[in-house]
Amino acid sequence: MTVVDADTAQLGATALSAPADEDLDLLLLIRHFELRLLDLFTAGQLHGTTHTCLGQEYVPVALQPLLSTVDFVFSNHRGHGHYLARYSDPVGLLAEIMGRAGAVCHGVGGSQHILRDGYLSTGVQGQSLPVAAGVAMHLRRSRPGALALAYVGDGTWGEGAVYEALNMAALWRLPLLVVVEHNGIAQSTPTSAQLAGTIAGRAAAFGIPHHRTESVDVNVIRAELGPLVARVRTECVPLVVEFATHRLGPHSKGDDSRPPEVIEHARRHDWYARYREAFPERFAEADARAAARIAAVADECAARPPVTWQASA
Amino acid sequence: MSRPERVVENLNRALHAHLAADPRLYLLGEDVEDPYGGAFKVTKGLSTVYGERVIGTPLSEGGIVGVAGGLALAGDKALVEIMFGDFAALAFDQLLNFASKSVSMYGRPVPMHLVVRCPSGGGRGYGPTHSQSLQKHFVGIPGLALYEMSPFHDNHDVLGRMLGAGSPGVFFEDKVLYTHRMAAAGVVDELFRFDFLDQAGEFARIYADDPGELDCLLIGAGGMTDRALTAMRELLLVDEIAVQLVVPSRLYPFDVEPVLPLAAKAGVVCVVEESTAGGTWGAEVAAVLHTRLWETLRRPVRLVHSADSIIPTATHLEREVLVGAATIRAAVKSELASRRERSLT
Repeated sequence: MTVVDADTAQLGATALSAPADEDLDLLLLIRHFELRLLDLFTAGQLHGTTHTCLGQEYVPVALQPLLSTVDFVFSNHRGHGHYLARYSDPVGLLAEIMGRAGAVCHGVGGSQHILRDGYLSTGVQGQSLPVAAGVAMHLRRSRPGALALAYVGDGTWGEGAVYEALNMAALWRLPLLVVVEHNGIAQSTPTSAQLAGTIAGRAAAFGIPHHRTESVDVNVIRAELGPLVARVRTECVPLVVEFATHRLGPHSKGDDSRPPEVIEHARRHDWYARYREAFPERFAEADARAAARIAAVADECAARPPVTWQASA
Repeated sequence: MSRPERVVENLNRALHAHLAADPRLYLLGEDVEDPYGGAFKVTKGLSTVYGERVIGTPLSEGGIVGVAGGLALAGDKALVEIMFGDFAALAFDQLLNFASKSVSMYGRPVPMHLVVRCPSGGGRGYGPTHSQSLQKHFVGIPGLALYEMSPFHDNHDVLGRMLGAGSPGVFFEDKVLYTHRMAAAGVVDELFRFDFLDQAGEFARIYADDPGELDCLLIGAGGMTDRALTAMRELLLVDEIAVQLVVPSRLYPFDVEPVLPLAAKAGVVCVVEESTAGGTWGAEVAAVLHTRLWETLRRPVRLVHSADSIIPTATHLEREVLVGAATIRAAVKSELASRRERSLT
């Protein structure tokens, strides 16, 4: 518990800088989207499964302006924030998850299999890293300066595909940016029980630069990462960026077996509470706007007919 | 007339031609670069000519197929050589859950120009993990086509078809077949001739003198050609049984239409493949034939394959497990004997 207290004391000491309006709006759009999903599940209006990014929304929001439209982004099972940060399209995504008309992948892919232009998510851990290396190889030749970004979790580092990809990316000098959302837990297994050594150590083993950030301040994160990401583009070298982040909600829905103090620890790190405290008036307005927008999106999607799909031959 | 080229030369030439014709085509694999040119020398000369598009990789089958999938996703085309087809097991996730799924799981067709080449089969004493025929493990995956190399199908055409399909494919190459010669101009040898059952030339049909004579039809994967021909020769000359062989280029999805008239005419059909027993490609072909020709066939389709066993290393032990010409001949004779017995009762 002393660790938690020291952590909290440190948080209080680090003041957040003022976020741009569009950043605050985007952060809150993702937060309300995810909260609404859990509500819809509880109300029996969604079936199947979903993985919310509650607590981690700032990661893709911070990265968004560092990316160009020709970059290719690979997302994972916990990818709603990644998608919304890139396309600000809650209607297409919710329709996809609900299986309604206008779904971005005709309801076939669902929550964790989305493809749109230079954005793809898949449901198998680690699988996307070699694929991202292949896309990076394509980009290096056909669109110099563009990069492939792959979001992974700390749990993903159990998969051998990760190391095969890092090895090839380093050997072949591929513009691959690996973003690790290290939230300290893989479904129900704490990192301490599933990851030996460190992610920094693993990146170092391949001679790949690694940068770890503990901040939730989108401006601070951008300032830290801007020059590093630029190097991926100009020098065609991979980079591993590790976000020390916190998963606020369950792995999926209603399957959080963590002890209350661990969840409380994650809550204390939540960007939402910290931005609200730092900028109460602006935050309240933006929060209300985002909540209203998502409510309208949910109503709109619910009113749509089921999506149709022509199974391809 | 000069002798036809060897199968491995035909395949090498096909790879040269495709790499020359398409600057977006890559080839990846372990030890594929010159001067080594691949474990079976299939890729010899390619890296010297096409440099950066022919990539010798680390020992990472899953990773390589993933990289190839990424190239294909981005609009390039990719060929992967798996050194021994057995190691395709290490790439199963990329084939099952990424490349073949991506074609359709995003709700709209996503073209993926990707071919994974698998040197396959035994007969060379490489032992249990370097001798298998993994075709059956890839049957029935939506969006994944399976082809097999044969002496009757020009590899340039086959690879062109596979790379152009827009969905990924696995190409099985019998390792012993590499050293054999292509069949050309309708002539197999002094006894057998061949033609094609379909316009596209995907179904080779091998027969002796009279294409009208037919006691039993063999449907065989390309790697079985030599053993099937040996059996057919003995069946004809010793047992006076006229057998024809159909070799399809594509194993799965299996297009049964071009084969139906011959199968119906023969009434007795054996499917021959090197796979070990259980859940075989032949079982898939048999199921299709049973459905279409239940009233016409005189016997259930006979599955001829290797034993239900791992593949041992020692030559004499390996021979006991792998399907051979004698296995095929015995199967045909037993089917025809059963037919005769039945027609007598």
